[in-house]
Amino acid sequence: MAGETAAISIQPRRPAPWRDPRLRGVVLQILFVALILGIIGFLAYNTTVNLRRQNIATGFGFLDREAAFGIGESLIAYTPADTYARAFLVGLTNTLYVSAIGIVLATILGTVMGLARLSSNWLVAKLAQIYVEAFRNIPLPLQLLFWWGLLRGSAPSPREAWEPLPGLFVSNRGILLPVPRGDPAFLWMAAAFAVALVITYAVLRWARRRQAETGRQFPAGWVGLGLALGLPLAVFVALGAPLELEWPVLRGFNFIGGTAFSPEFGALLIGLVIYTGSFIAEIVRAGILAVSWGQSEAAMALGLRSGQRMRLVVLPQALRVIIPPMTSEYLSLTKNSSLAVIIGYPDLVSIANTTMNQTGQAVEGIAMIMAVYLAISLLISLFMNLYNRAVALVER
Amino acid sequence: MADIDIAQQIPLAAQRPPVISTGVLGWLRANLFNSVFNTILTALAVYLLVVTIPPLIRWAFIDAIWDAPNGQACRGAGACWAFIGEKFRFILFGRFPFTQQWRPLVAVVIFILLILVSCDRRLWGRGLTLLWPAGLVLVGILMWGGVFGLPYVGTEFWSGLPLTLILAVIGMVFAFPLAILLALGRRSQLPAVRVVCVGYIELVRGVPLITVLFMASVMLPLFLPPGITIDKLLRAQTAFILFAAAYLAEVIRGGLQAIPKGQIEAADALGLGYWRRTRLIVLPQALAMVIPPLVNNFISAFKNTALVLIIGLFDLLNTANTSLTDASWQGFAAEAYIFTAAIYFCFCFFMSRYSQMLERTFSQGRRR
Repeated sequence: MAGETAAISIQPRRPAPWRDPRLRGVVLQILFVALILGIIGFLAYNTTVNLRRQNIATGFGFLDREAAFGIGESLIAYTPADTYARAFLVGLTNTLYVSAIGIVLATILGTVMGLARLSSNWLVAKLAQIYVEAFRNIPLPLQLLFWWGLLRGSAPSPREAWEPLPGLFVSNRGILLPVPRGDPAFLWMAAAFAVALVITYAVLRWARRRQAETGRQFPAGWVGLGLALGLPLAVFVALGAPLELEWPVLRGFNFIGGTAFSPEFGALLIGLVIYTGSFIAEIVRAGILAVSWGQSEAAMALGLRSGQRMRLVVLPQALRVIIPPMTSEYLSLTKNSSLAVIIGYPDLVSIANTTMNQTGQAVEGIAMIMAVYLAISLLISLFMNLYNRAVALVER
Repeated sequence: MADIDIAQQIPLAAQRPPVISTGVLGWLRANLFNSVFNTILTALAVYLLVVTIPPLIRWAFIDAIWDAPNGQACRGAGACWAFIGEKFRFILFGRFPFTQQWRPLVAVVIFILLILVSCDRRLWGRGLTLLWPAGLVLVGILMWGGVFGLPYVGTEFWSGLPLTLILAVIGMVFAFPLAILLALGRRSQLPAVRVVCVGYIELVRGVPLITVLFMASVMLPLFLPPGITIDKLLRAQTAFILFAAAYLAEVIRGGLQAIPKGQIEAADALGLGYWRRTRLIVLPQALAMVIPPLVNNFISAFKNTALVLIIGLFDLLNTANTSLTDASWQGFAAEAYIFTAAIYFCFCFFMSRYSQMLERTFSQGRRR
């Protein structure tokens, strides 16, 4: 017995160093990092040499200097005497402004078109399909130039402006809309709206708890809608209904009054919304088709009406499929807004471009654009991930 | 009552279904007027069509001017297709020497043939990998010239549709191997390699293509040692390759993630090393799985080439845009853009239909 236990203990033979996977991995990584650093160092060295030869200053000192160029439209106060930093800020706000409006409108258009493609109405479904196929397959820069040419070149002068709706004027100076004249009553209406939201939230919570306890339902959604619309309206009427629209009026060669969108902004917004909307339509359609028909049948068997079926059964499952690709569409809309440079809307890229041409500081300019877009991308994906987590079905 | 003999009852003549539920009427009822809501929708859609289509047809065909000596004679209520007749060679081939424009024409035909041949699944294999380099070399000879008695034409004269196709096709062909390496790197066991690949992919995907193009046109000359200059087209092409590679890498990663672990373990059990395992087992399966999204990626690469207008290359969109500046043909932007849009649409629509067909074929085995 004792002889058998004294078996030869087999020591695993250490492999030769060049065959040891762990050692090989470490060496490979060191070589790889050295290679990357070497390339970066080489490029950086060349850049500094080239910049010195061309007498271009480096660093972000230029941001404090006077920009000395005008910007067509701006949400914040800006004059050519302001600094480059201020000009960048104007570009950033313009980018965010057009992207935010674009995302909202593209979502609405895309959802409507996606649902229309699924409609049992043959004509509506076909029209939606033509829209999707046509605008998805034409490059966005071409569409932007087309809309811009239409608004700028083919639209009439302000004297003969088109008026598709009363008060809405389209001319080669842009699109004009009437705006309500400012009044203190609007502030009170906003406050009333906020109060309505708080009450609605409370009612929703109470209704949900009551349904969980007793099974009795309460039309909390309708009550909320009524409050949100009714309270501000009540305040409005109580304060004497001070609605006075400021209409755009033709004075001399141009309009005054109302609010105006420049042809550049209009073309960019129309182009972005129509182009992105065609992609969102496909995402919405695919998301709803991804919910199997059995789910709808089961909902019908439970006696849910078609609205409830959509809201309680189909949509929650479709959203899970829709949200991730939707996020990337929002991101690409924001990135595509940089094509504004083609038609001359002063977004971030076009202002950075002017700055780079004036100062020659290309490295800093491009670094700033990249940093801003990366930050926007990260923020949008963070926000959408949070939303996604909220709508994701809880699994075991 | 008792004398009713069931057997003697004369069968009724077969009745036709009510006229309202068959034929055109039935179809209309089922598809356009099956509910109040749908009837309203149909009415709205018909109204929309009535408002938009007749004026469009009048503009594009009835009132259109098909032949005119100059822009002045072409002004009317309708479209001026004479403008396209005058300018289509400039829009298609741009600044390429006029007498030599058969060369880019042949190059475009070669590209289209290569793409068509590659679409046939029966021909996928070694033959294609030989055909493509041969075709690309031929395109290069045709465009550059300088041999076989063809006069030399510099890349600054390449323009129009051939330039668009070159940017898209060469961009994809060279981005592909880079993308495979990036995708493999992103799934590598070695943390340093993984970090670098993830960083690159996310950085490029996070910024607009314009910044990459700006970088190529403005910063690339700064990156190179003094004295070395590279051609503008090559710079833009590099930007395209680097940009497309990041997006392609994510598509390929999707394929890599879908390979069952058993395949890799089986390869290990056979004693294959990393590279042979990747080349013989993993990649063939992973790439086959992602062919439809690859085609979609190619469509966006094709559309993205329209951005080179910003850095001053004369692609199809830019030649169309430039054709508008002719002083004797002013104000025909809509015609030029519609013509150009039709060309882009033909390519993209064909490819997207092809990718949908592939998707259907590929999912047949998995469908229940």
